[in-house]
Amino acid sequence: MPAGTLYRGREGMWSWVAHRVTGVLIFFFLFVHVLDTALVRVSPEAYDDVVATYKTPLVACLEYGLVAAILFHALNGLRVIAVDFWSKGPRYQKQMLWTVLAVWIVLMVGALYPVLGHAVREVFGS
Amino acid sequence: MSAETSSAGVGPVEGVSLYDADNPAPVIEPPRKRTSKTPRTTRTNFELYGWLFMRLSGIVLVVLVLGHLIIQLVLDGGVSKIGFAFVAGRWASPFWQAWDLVMLWLAMLHGANGLRTVINDYAEKPKTRFWLKNLLYTATVFTVLLGTLVIFTFDPNIR
Repeated sequence: MPAGTLYRGREGMWSWVAHRVTGVLIFFFLFVHVLDTALVRVSPEAYDDVVATYKTPLVACLEYGLVAAILFHALNGLRVIAVDFWSKGPRYQKQMLWTVLAVWIVLMVGALYPVLGHAVREVFGS
Repeated sequence: MSAETSSAGVGPVEGVSLYDADNPAPVIEPPRKRTSKTPRTTRTNFELYGWLFMRLSGIVLVVLVLGHLIIQLVLDGGVSKIGFAFVAGRWASPFWQAWDLVMLWLAMLHGANGLRTVINDYAEKPKTRFWLKNLLYTATVFTVLLGTLVIFTFDPNIR
């Protein structure tokens, strides 16, 4: 650890960094997402054209990344609430982070087929 | 030295005071003295309410956003089914209109407050902070109003 820094590393700091990074990414996506949905007020064709690009394999991969960011932010957010409001929260913050990551991995495996299945079918045929 | 003089330095509680009318105690200024320029109140609980809002809206958003993801990306063929017709079908119901409206407002305010914190942490020049936050607030108000307008004025027979 470099001298003269408040950053302490390990589970506490890195989960905080990841929470910030995923939060900022999700906010930027949300901004774009409201704009694309607003196209339903322009015409059905304008909306369907933009949504068609969301169904391409490349955007499916970005979507999987978005799901990853949202799931981590949601689960770690619940951990932050537990640290703040549960009397034993600070003592178990590390164990809770490893629980968050375990649940996150399970959910990400579960999201593989629903989010990326259509992209795999398009790239590899049938 | 008698016991009377040795206890004199302890103070008025334990013994005789060091000070009297002819030999007054030195005046200690309050560390943050109020002047004519000091506002009536110099602090509010805004940051406390912001902190509480992040946690309360966070819990609601976990339900609303994860439900949204399951409906949009998992059920009935995932993203492939989404189109104008799908949106029209869902917004025919006031329940899903309300769901999306609450989700829009909470997510935008939660995200805006989060980004405000990030800007305060990393933008060190007051001018940079001011302009970044102005941009953030403008984009937030625009997005919330646009989204609200779209939900309330949606017309399935637009053509």
